[in-house]
Amino acid sequence: MKNIVVIGGGPSGLEASANLHKMGYNVILVEKSPALGGHLAKWDRLFPQGIPAKDVLEGMISNINGVKYFLNANVQSINALGKSYNVILDNGITVLADAVLFATGFDLFKAEKKEEYGYGIYERVITNADLENWFRTKEDSRVANNPKRIGFVHCVGSRDEKAGNRYCSKVCCATAVKQACEIKQEFPDAEVFCFYMDLRMFGRGYEDLYLSAQKEYGVRFIRGRVSEVAENINKELVVKAEDTLSGKPIKVTLDLLVLMAGMQNCSAGAKVAGQIGVAGMETDGFFETKDTIYSLQQSNKPGVFFAGACTGPKTLPDSLHEARAAALAIHNYLQEGEKR
Amino acid sequence: MIYQGKQKIWSDYQKEIPDDHYFYVRSCIRQNLFPASEKTFLDITRNKLGKDFFETEHHTTCGGIAYHCDAIPQETSMTIIARQFALMHKYGYENYVCSCITSFGLYTETLETWHEFPELEAKIADNLWKTCKLEFAKPKYLAHASDIIYKFRNLIAAQAKYKLINKKTGQPLKVVEHIGCHYGKMFPSKSVGGAEYPYVLAGMIEAWGGEVIDYPERRHCCGYGFRQYHVRSNRGYSLSNTHKKFESMEPYKPDMIITNCPGCPYFLDRWQYVISELEGKTYGENGHGIPVFTYEEVAGLVMGYNPWDLGLQMHQVGPEPVLDKMGIPYNPEDKYKGPYGKDIGRPELPSCGCL
Repeated sequence: MKNIVVIGGGPSGLEASANLHKMGYNVILVEKSPALGGHLAKWDRLFPQGIPAKDVLEGMISNINGVKYFLNANVQSINALGKSYNVILDNGITVLADAVLFATGFDLFKAEKKEEYGYGIYERVITNADLENWFRTKEDSRVANNPKRIGFVHCVGSRDEKAGNRYCSKVCCATAVKQACEIKQEFPDAEVFCFYMDLRMFGRGYEDLYLSAQKEYGVRFIRGRVSEVAENINKELVVKAEDTLSGKPIKVTLDLLVLMAGMQNCSAGAKVAGQIGVAGMETDGFFETKDTIYSLQQSNKPGVFFAGACTGPKTLPDSLHEARAAALAIHNYLQEGEKR
Repeated sequence: MIYQGKQKIWSDYQKEIPDDHYFYVRSCIRQNLFPASEKTFLDITRNKLGKDFFETEHHTTCGGIAYHCDAIPQETSMTIIARQFALMHKYGYENYVCSCITSFGLYTETLETWHEFPELEAKIADNLWKTCKLEFAKPKYLAHASDIIYKFRNLIAAQAKYKLINKKTGQPLKVVEHIGCHYGKMFPSKSVGGAEYPYVLAGMIEAWGGEVIDYPERRHCCGYGFRQYHVRSNRGYSLSNTHKKFESMEPYKPDMIITNCPGCPYFLDRWQYVISELEGKTYGENGHGIPVFTYEEVAGLVMGYNPWDLGLQMHQVGPEPVLDKMGIPYNPEDKYKGPYGKDIGRPELPSCGCL
């Protein structure tokens, strides 16, 4: 039986593992954290309909029944051995893999790098992940204090050359609009502002979500970037921005500011991939695929495949599609190898 | 405010500041506005700390004001700067320190531009030779004079006779630190602490016992800004900038303001008089303004210099409330006496009776 090592136990890794297992391969799933699910496990609800992330994840995990997986496990070394890859885990397990799938996902941009927004400096500045965690657990004193005025800053570490990330992170617009509606559900009296550059509501149902945010929830969308955040003597946030539609600088005082941190290639995944000469692209740091149209799941190395956000920011459905496509690509690769 | 968050950023923006042997360059305007600050800097570094700081009467302006007012082209200002650096080299130094923030910003911009465009550097070297017959050289290290006092802040603290502490209450003085815009906003990596939360003055305040105030308009311009003040029709804008800062810092009840720029202490000091005349409003205690100091003046006070030898009588807002809080003795009779006991005149008080 052919061995396939899947690196990363997030949605892409889970979906690809389930499909490969059903195809009859021996799948070994490696996850560095103590639980499966990746970022999805830390999310509360999913755009555009607000489906609970927990339900989706539970479905995925139930599908991998029969897949061998290791938690708290890291790839210590990986090297090519003929047509195979020798993968050594830090828990002492060694696998000779006929194919390796990188489903290593993304790291959230470290919002403290945008120093002017004051994350880690001012207490009431949080990230999209922090807010999602609060929706899920209701445990974060920064949010719970009945905020009356709340702001969302789009494109934090995305479309920002100064931050080193020129690309769009794709999911932040819809996430911000979703979170803006959700926070209005929690605090109906609060005023909510979204500071955006462009709203990229490209997916099915996204535009409806955006219209609903304005019509039903009264979220105010301000087209312009935030220039700086400070704290006044009452610990409220003083936020300066530009309203490019009215052509005026604005200053608002807020109780809570949510930074929509974007996606970056997972640094741990990139480190592992680097051992076999699979590198991130200079332009954005995400892994380079064999081409940009037809072979998005294949790398430039035989037997090494990709799925999900390790090749660029993606929504959850996109990542799942890629996982299934990767499973098929691996299957085709192994079948062709048999014929050879 | 999460102090550890700032410490993390400060640790990311630490620059190498050599310990000794500097070529020192004065500011065009500071000797008129705050006449003893540069003298005090040299006295502290040379005589109190035993360091080698050399200066020559042959250096000139850096051309910064003309450059930022679009009065001279970039290549002209670069050739002036190349001459300054050539003088440093001629006298055997490789560490360059300037008193002016605008100069520091322009020197940094020039060095970075030469780095990015070597053909321009070659052209400027050629200009220098043709005009001055001087050998082109670049400093190994570039520092602003406040970087030096920051570097030696703990040595100064060790020699301190007074602290930034209210002697009566034992509480630290609440200090607003105002950083000149050209210090770190253009090239954060060339500053101590970065652009958003600079540490160069905050470090001095902490080392000398004070408490730093972080207020909403902390990053805002003092109101000088060449195209604000030097263009007469824009002076109202200059004043409104300063007014905005004082309105923002008022709730924190600061005891004093420290700055590291030639223009900032002047405008933060003098515009308080104008605001009090226009609006009858002052921002300090008991109808008084908030005293504004240069970092050299504060270092001098901490080390026990006579306040009048530091030139504090040249301030519009009197420094006495701060001197009283720190427990620094002074003779009011000597305040308006010049070096030879000559009466130097007194500032006019605002009609509202403030200040």
